[in-house]
Amino acid sequence: MLDNWLYIGLFIVVALFIPAVAVFLPRLIGPRKPNAIKQEIYECGIETVGDAWVQFKVQYYIFALIFLIFDIETVFLFPWAVAFDKLPLFAVMEGVLFIMILLVGLFYLWRKGALEWA
Amino acid sequence: MGDPINLISRWFNDLLLGWGVAENLVKVISLAIGATIVATLSLATVIALIWVERKIAGRLQDRPGPNRAGPYGLFQPFADIIKIFTKEITIPDGADHVAFNIAPVLALGSVLLIWAVIPFAATVVGANINVGVLYIVAVGSFGVVAVLMAGWSSNNKFALLGSFRAVAQMVSYEVPMVIALLTPVLLARSMGLNDIVAAQTPWFIIVAPLAALIFLITSMAEVGRAPFDLLEAESEIVAGFHTEYSGMGFGAFYVSEFLHVWTIGALIATFFLGGWSGPGVETLPVLGILYFYLKTFIGYFVVTWIRLSLPRVRIDQLLAFNWKFLTPLSLAVLIVTAILDKALELAAVERWAYALMMLAANLIIGWATVLILKAIEPKRKRQRVEFTPRPIAVAPKSVDNVSSR
Repeated sequence: MLDNWLYIGLFIVVALFIPAVAVFLPRLIGPRKPNAIKQEIYECGIETVGDAWVQFKVQYYIFALIFLIFDIETVFLFPWAVAFDKLPLFAVMEGVLFIMILLVGLFYLWRKGALEWA
Repeated sequence: MGDPINLISRWFNDLLLGWGVAENLVKVISLAIGATIVATLSLATVIALIWVERKIAGRLQDRPGPNRAGPYGLFQPFADIIKIFTKEITIPDGADHVAFNIAPVLALGSVLLIWAVIPFAATVVGANINVGVLYIVAVGSFGVVAVLMAGWSSNNKFALLGSFRAVAQMVSYEVPMVIALLTPVLLARSMGLNDIVAAQTPWFIIVAPLAALIFLITSMAEVGRAPFDLLEAESEIVAGFHTEYSGMGFGAFYVSEFLHVWTIGALIATFFLGGWSGPGVETLPVLGILYFYLKTFIGYFVVTWIRLSLPRVRIDQLLAFNWKFLTPLSLAVLIVTAILDKALELAAVERWAYALMMLAANLIIGWATVLILKAIEPKRKRQRVEFTPRPIAVAPKSVDNVSSR
């Protein structure tokens, strides 16, 4: 078991090292001639207007919140699914009830209009 | 004889031990070599995929695809690689250098890391951990961070918009994806990928076709390919989060996208198409690698086919499709699967009857979903707007005013 995690640890090193080499190698072999116009920020061919960090829709934030609720739910459900063999019928129904509560929550959000983009 | 890969690794271990290397060091060395081989092999697959994808795209769009560089254009990806490696890397003014440079590395690394746990054959598994599915979900989420870092650090409005869209999309589609992954976990009673493959009698695409379909759709959205390519919608926000990237910075995102699609194929093969299982794997486990790659290619081809066939969706349609359709459907599928599985287990039915009942239940849910959708949102009637003749030029009304002034 510990061997497997050692493998993953080594894999993380390798998987970050190879792309890092690939990204930084062109710096050595590629040309490097920066100038004022080349380093300008692209904005459809005109000069950049104002700051890049503009205000954005609040809806992104609401979706992030909804995601958080449902993602935590799934983390709770994984142990339930793994131990399914040993669960009595009662525990299975409890899990189903848990999903139902979240389903009701989803419909509540839906009715409240939290899922609308406009 | 049936397992040359483990044979070679054992021979190599014995060789090192014979040279008097410490046992723990031998373990680390052989695992590091294994990790390097798997990672390099995955990246080498991308070189082939670039050619395969362009050839498929060409054929589906009624054109030959790359055919100049070498026989059948086989050297095209190598030409691309040489070109992209010698390109100048530009970093825009006012960009956050650290985040800007780390983002492509993280994007590629997050996809590469999934390959650490994928079982190529019964005996050829990188890390057979008992939380494999959770590991895949966790590692896959790093891609979102990479995209957000790329867009945020570019100091570009289009890049920022693209990364916001990307995060909203990837984060939303992760919910039904994880719930769809719960179904094979529940059916196999394990999160280890090798256990899930071994439990597939019959394949889970027969027992849980709806979960497979949801997983296919949501993972396509996770990759961010057409019809879900809003994060780099070129007709709306230039190139999305990688607008300011050039050379290998862009190349890393490009390669990570290709590798991600291939990884999706591998995951579909592992979770729903029986992974390495096939005729003759008991006696010859190496055959499993062949079966695994064949099934992976099937998944990959389906994703590519869909990408080349469908137009892009709008962002409101995209999120509505996820939250108002896929999420409730995936929860319903999970509930029905759990209850039916327990009921059939208590009734102690035969395996084939179990599979048939599961398939029937899935078909009923799918059919009911279509009916409900039709009831909620009937087909919109086309509104005919008649052409009303109007004069081409109208005399200005305020002629009097002008003359009186």
